[in-house]
Amino acid sequence: MSHAQRQETAEPTAAGAARPMTGNEAIARGVWEAGCKVAAAYPGTPSTEIMENVAGYPAEDIHAQWSTNEKTAMDVAIGASFAGVRAFTAMKHVGMNVAADALMSFSYIGVNGGLVIAVCDDPGIHSSQNEQDSRIYARFAQVPVLEPSDGQEALEFTRAAFALSEKYDTPVFVRSTTRLSHTRSAVVLGAREDQTGRAFHDLPAKNVMIPAHARRQHGVVLERERRLTEMLSDSPFNRVEPGQGKVGIITSGIPYTYVKECLPDAPVLKLGVTWPLPDRLIRDFAASVDRVIVVEELEPLIEDALKAMGIAAEGKAYFPREGEFSPEIVHDGFANAGLMDPRSNAAPFEFAPMVRPPVLCAGCPHTSCFMALRALDARVAGDIGCYTLAVVEPLKSIDTCVAMGSSIANAVGMAKAGTETKPIVATIGDSTFLHSGIPPLIDAVYNNADITVFILDNHITAMTGGQDHPGTGRTLRGEPSPRVDFFELVKSLGVKHVHKVDSYDIATMQQQLREAVAHKGVSVVISDRPCVLDPVKIKGPAMEVAQESCIACQACMNLGCPALTWSEEWHEGRHKVQIDPDACIGCSLCAQLCTSHAIKPIAEPA
Amino acid sequence: MADKPNATKNVLIVGVGGQGVIMVSKVLAQLCQADGHDVKQSEVHGMAKRGGGVFSHVRFGPKVWSPTIPEGEVDILVALEWAEGLRWIKHLKPDTGTFIADCQKIVPPFACRNRKRGAEPAYAPQTPEEIIDQVHAGYVMDATGMAANLGNAKASNTVLLGALSTVLEFPEDAWQDIIAGTVPPKSVEINARAFAEGRAWAQGGEKRIDVTASGLHKAHSEVHHPQVDTVVEITAEWCKGCDICVKMCPERCLRLNGQLKAELALPDLCTGCQLCSWLCPDMAIKVTNTPITEPAE
Ligand SMILES: Cc1ncc(C[n+]2csc(CCOP(=O)(O)OP(=O)(O)O)c2C)c(N)n1
Ligand code: SF4
Ligand code: SF4
Repeated sequence: MSHAQRQETAEPTAAGAARPMTGNEAIARGVWEAGCKVAAAYPGTPSTEIMENVAGYPAEDIHAQWSTNEKTAMDVAIGASFAGVRAFTAMKHVGMNVAADALMSFSYIGVNGGLVIAVCDDPGIHSSQNEQDSRIYARFAQVPVLEPSDGQEALEFTRAAFALSEKYDTPVFVRSTTRLSHTRSAVVLGAREDQTGRAFHDLPAKNVMIPAHARRQHGVVLERERRLTEMLSDSPFNRVEPGQGKVGIITSGIPYTYVKECLPDAPVLKLGVTWPLPDRLIRDFAASVDRVIVVEELEPLIEDALKAMGIAAEGKAYFPREGEFSPEIVHDGFANAGLMDPRSNAAPFEFAPMVRPPVLCAGCPHTSCFMALRALDARVAGDIGCYTLAVVEPLKSIDTCVAMGSSIANAVGMAKAGTETKPIVATIGDSTFLHSGIPPLIDAVYNNADITVFILDNHITAMTGGQDHPGTGRTLRGEPSPRVDFFELVKSLGVKHVHKVDSYDIATMQQQLREAVAHKGVSVVISDRPCVLDPVKIKGPAMEVAQESCIACQACMNLGCPALTWSEEWHEGRHKVQIDPDACIGCSLCAQLCTSHAIKPIAEPA
Repeated sequence: MADKPNATKNVLIVGVGGQGVIMVSKVLAQLCQADGHDVKQSEVHGMAKRGGGVFSHVRFGPKVWSPTIPEGEVDILVALEWAEGLRWIKHLKPDTGTFIADCQKIVPPFACRNRKRGAEPAYAPQTPEEIIDQVHAGYVMDATGMAANLGNAKASNTVLLGALSTVLEFPEDAWQDIIAGTVPPKSVEINARAFAEGRAWAQGGEKRIDVTASGLHKAHSEVHHPQVDTVVEITAEWCKGCDICVKMCPERCLRLNGQLKAELALPDLCTGCQLCSWLCPDMAIKVTNTPITEPAE
């Protein structure tokens, strides 16, 4: 979303109107309608658009901000709750790992202003590094987790989550998944609640978690969970849909829609809250049928709880514990359970589809960085961002990638192991560096690790669609703010060898990297070139390949630039190369690699 | 089951990032909603901006449950790019499904990775004729070409919407109104014409292949390139270990050995391009390519 779009905050659509909305848009609307005052998040697919949409509501209504990471965002929301207003944070599933430390203790403390956490899981790993199930965090932290099944519920559950939070003195999760977050359906809107803030609660025994207080609060949390369990059996969040037959289905979230698609007439217990579970309601439902089948994506959270209750529930025997569900998978599961006929698999088209992996953009400033690293033959500890795409051919130069901010400390460990003969380099993007790269860099300096840290500063959080961060000099609402100076920051941490380079100048960059690697101890190279896609699309005059000079060595193709393809002409049995002028942004990297000087800017018509 | 009067209609729209898959599906979803249907439109676009495939499910009817269309239940598949259409074609309803595709090819860099002599792009080899033969109804049109003739190749989406409109029962005006409200004001005119042209073209029959698309992707399979035997000789005494050849070899099959002399480490990858021999300042590398003469028949 561009700043221009963000700033022209239109008058929020009137209550009562129905609008097509994605799950993420609906969650944002629910936040606004609930009268929430402070919202903070760090981007992460599929959650990113929630905060972008919250920022679409008037600044007088709600303060919305990007934070440096998920824990910071969580702590900002916690602070706002302490101060007595409704507060919100959103993150992707793995963001919860980062925020968990604050969550676990805040669960003991409870809320003053209601606090709601939207967590978006990514079953099927469309754009993540794992597919962990966040409902387990809710159980772990002993906080309720609401699971909407469509856009309308996403709005209503989010809004209701704030009231639940205040009533039961607990943070509340709203759990989405990629499918819900990115599915548009009609949503009927409501009006914004008028929430006047409460005063700060001067209660150290509740607000300050020293051991004596925490011991007492742990009991309060257990009692809270018991009360929630009792209430949830009669809550409209959970409902029994009577049906035909003696096989009852228990399900929630998006899988509910697949169940209705496959078995529209079966008795269903639809759980809107998947932790804590409504004990009495479940027992009554189970008693009304002969068999209970649980349909849940990822972990058998509900199923295991039912078994612990002594109910002979079936579930993961028929449905996978990994990957995203689909109507097909749910159909297959029901077929295995003997409830449906197997699908006919008469596939008339047998051919394997063409591979089309994602690639770095034409002119992406990361491209040449990884060309250079490959030429250096370095051992590269990678990190998470667009640049992770350099793990595959033709750039193929990243050796490891664990989690946001892992690269630098991974490199320290590799260096300290003393087994590596290659130079050790950590690559990390600007947003990732600010998220969780600074403490490990201090660690590297502190322990004098012989590594090179390559900070890939493309002036944006690109992977998630171009969000601002403290290094861009703009806030979420597009207001100017001080800009982190990476060079000065790194110097101040005690790094002696720091250089800034332009990644569009391949020769200089290679030279700088070589010198950095030769330096004993920590060295830092900062590549400084903006992303070509965000915040503004960069498009310079295109280059072209003079066909008469091209010797078809295809050295330029090692960039993997999507503007470079084969032409219809041949040289010694190989295709010559051509450039798609619409896709080329004129970065000149390919021209710098061309040994026969065949690549030049498109000649201006005389 | 397919003809249950109230059944959900399923339209799958596919293409490559940046082509406007989402625009096409939004127009359709708005149209369905305005007509009083329950609608769900689902897309996963994590990698869309990075040149990967994009797909969007649009389902409408009295009550839509699943946001995604089960395999084999797609009533209409709209492909903005040829190979992407083929990727999803097995999701079409076998007996009643309609396939609408732009014949335009977007060849990914990945498909141009083979430097062996005579190599062709690893792009979908299927021809429109063989595909159309196997579907119930199908249109392979040159939507991009038609739009370009109107003055804006980007209006190809709207050409496809025109074709799609012939298979769905919404009035032509309703389509035109929603398209006019979706596209930038200055291109309303061109899009209106693009829609009308796509619609008229598809009204010309249940199975149609544009002349420019016909025989597509067979273009130069006849070109013949003799295979060669490549020998790389490196004179170690002349090599001073500058590693220019190591860095510049497109296949990266050279390396410096323990004595800092260049050597051909991965001979199977060498394509005989001779770049190393041209670049070596000390003329230490000689590459000879001898055609392998095929035995006479
Ligand atoms: C804990 C966590 N939070 C968020 C994400 C989502 N995410 C993946 S990459 C990325 C940002 C990368 O930005 P940057 O480091 O600047 O690299 P770029 O994409 O700009 O190249 C984010 C937020 C994640 N994978 N893990
Ligand atoms: S979005 Fe930016 S950082 Fe990401 S691949 Fe494209 S140019 Fe590179
Ligand atoms: S100049 Fe070359 S490398 Fe850069 S975008 Fe154009 S074709 Fe790609």
